[in-house]
Amino acid sequence: MDKRIKVLVAKPGLDGHDRGAKVVARALRDAGFEVVYTGLRQTPEQIAEAAMQEDVDVVAMSLLSGAHPHLFPKVVELVRGKGMKDALIIGGGVIPETDIPALKEAGVSEVFTPGTPTTKVVDYIKANVK
Amino acid sequence: MENIAEEVLKGNRFALSKAITAIENEYDNATEIMQKLYPHTGHAYVLGVTGPPGAGKSTLTDKLAKEYRKRGKTVGIIAIDPTSPFSGGAILGDRIRMNELTLDPGVFIRSMGTRGSLGGLSHKTADAVKAMDAFGVDVIFVETVGVGQSEVDIVKAADTTMVVLIPGMGDDIQAIKAGILEIGDIFTINKADHDGADKLATELNMMLDLDGETKDWRPPILKAIANQNIGIKEVVDTFHKHHDHIEGNGQLTVRRTERAKNEMLDLLDARIGAYVRHNIVDNGKLDEYVQDIKARKTDPYTVVNSVLQDMLK
Ligand code: B12
Ligand SMILES: Nc1nc2c(ncn2[C@@H]2O[C@H](COP(=O)(O)OP(=O)(O)OP(=O)(O)O)[C@@H](O)[C@H]2O)c(=O)[nH]1
Ligand SMILES: [Mg+2]
Repeated sequence: MDKRIKVLVAKPGLDGHDRGAKVVARALRDAGFEVVYTGLRQTPEQIAEAAMQEDVDVVAMSLLSGAHPHLFPKVVELVRGKGMKDALIIGGGVIPETDIPALKEAGVSEVFTPGTPTTKVVDYIKANVK
Repeated sequence: MENIAEEVLKGNRFALSKAITAIENEYDNATEIMQKLYPHTGHAYVLGVTGPPGAGKSTLTDKLAKEYRKRGKTVGIIAIDPTSPFSGGAILGDRIRMNELTLDPGVFIRSMGTRGSLGGLSHKTADAVKAMDAFGVDVIFVETVGVGQSEVDIVKAADTTMVVLIPGMGDDIQAIKAGILEIGDIFTINKADHDGADKLATELNMMLDLDGETKDWRPPILKAIANQNIGIKEVVDTFHKHHDHIEGNGQLTVRRTERAKNEMLDLLDARIGAYVRHNIVDNGKLDEYVQDIKARKTDPYTVVNSVLQDMLK
């Protein structure tokens, strides 16, 4: 067995802020994960299809533009629709605290806001990946 | 998912994905999956895309795949990126250049880390190629990691190998001669919008002239500007030409026979190695051996001889 945790770091929508996504991607790599990064401006359909082709354990979305209330739930729906029942779906970026309960309700397991140490993200994934 | 192999053969994309995961992570069901898929392999044509880091391998692969799609072919892509030797992690970034292919139902892309393999591929690339082949794609691209000189495993995996070079490396070309220049069936000078493409072509030509007489296929040198979709049709036409050439002269059969042989021997080595290792780890003997070797009471050669003799009794 040579199992490694595989993560898709995805930037849905038109948001061009990619620093956070890159910081998180690098931190996950340094934690020994395999990180697929697909770059900016992905549609939810592209994210779900890439997640399926890569058979990732985690779909990690980064969004700073404010479009998360629409895009995050859409990605969750499409990923589940591909038959990926076990994939952990998380998000991060500039997301007001007040929005978080609704995102969780929609199936985003956890949300990480600015200032989160990347070690916290790593620990969360290790503890929750199936 | 149950019946992964059967589902792959039915054309289930998620099953193909699961099969490759099982292969890559060496899950218990991997061997059984491969046993069931193997009879259905041998139909896809495998194209290797190799060259130095940043040469435009992924961008070219994206455009070439689209050209094959226009010609009615389905495409699989396996894109390899380096695994960090320190953390064991990897950033797999080749898909960034291939996003327009993601939603094409006639294309399937999978990224893989090298996971310690040094030849520019991963140890499981060959089996991932077979899974895609059995799934039924017509053409499979294998993009290697960015290579220097010695990462030439791609020739063992591909039917036709394309080496991608870029202008500006002209002065270094002597240095890489020993390595990747010997494996190209086709050379593509990408980024021909940069100065020096002609100079590089001239130097390449001179070097190929040196050993050209002994071969019946003179590797063509093409130019491309991948990000502008220039020179792409010519590359695909040349892939076809090379395919026809090696099919006509029997080389394709020779290459595939050689591949089957190498793969069987590699599998045998890996299995025997794993079996023997497990044995001496499980029975606790390994530490004993190492202590004795360190104390110079015995030596590794003698120990290995006796371990093998015991086990093969
Ligand atoms: C740098 C920056 C830019 C740079 C971006 C450079 C780049 N390539 O990324 C530039 C100057 C280009 C820029 C442009 C704009 N920006 Co700006 N920008 C910022 C700024 C100051 C910092 C963002 C940043 O890089 N932080 C550093 C990284 C490391 O942190 P992070 O992304 O938050 O990531 C951390 C966590 O959030 C979390 N995380 C993030 N993603 C993920 C994903 C997962 C899966 C996980 C687990 C964790 C995680 O982990 C990271 C580490 O802790 C923020 C303000 C702020 N303080 O956040 C505004 C901000 C994001 N920008 C904003 C705006 C409005 C814009 C513009 C529209 C401005 C304009 N009018 O032109 C443009 C739009 C650009 C575009 N195309 O989308 C607003 C967004 C408002 C909103 N959400 O409602 C902000 C919040 C500023 C503000 N207060 O108004 N911006
Ligand atoms: N000017 C120019 N840039 C190009 C051309 N082809 C690709 N690029 C750019 O070169 C950069 C690297 O391209 P990739 O396709 O990622 O190169 P690669 O060989 O796959 O890189 P690695 O996989 O990291 O080794 C990207 O920014 C491309 O847009 C070209 O013909 N001309
Ligand atoms: Mg690449």
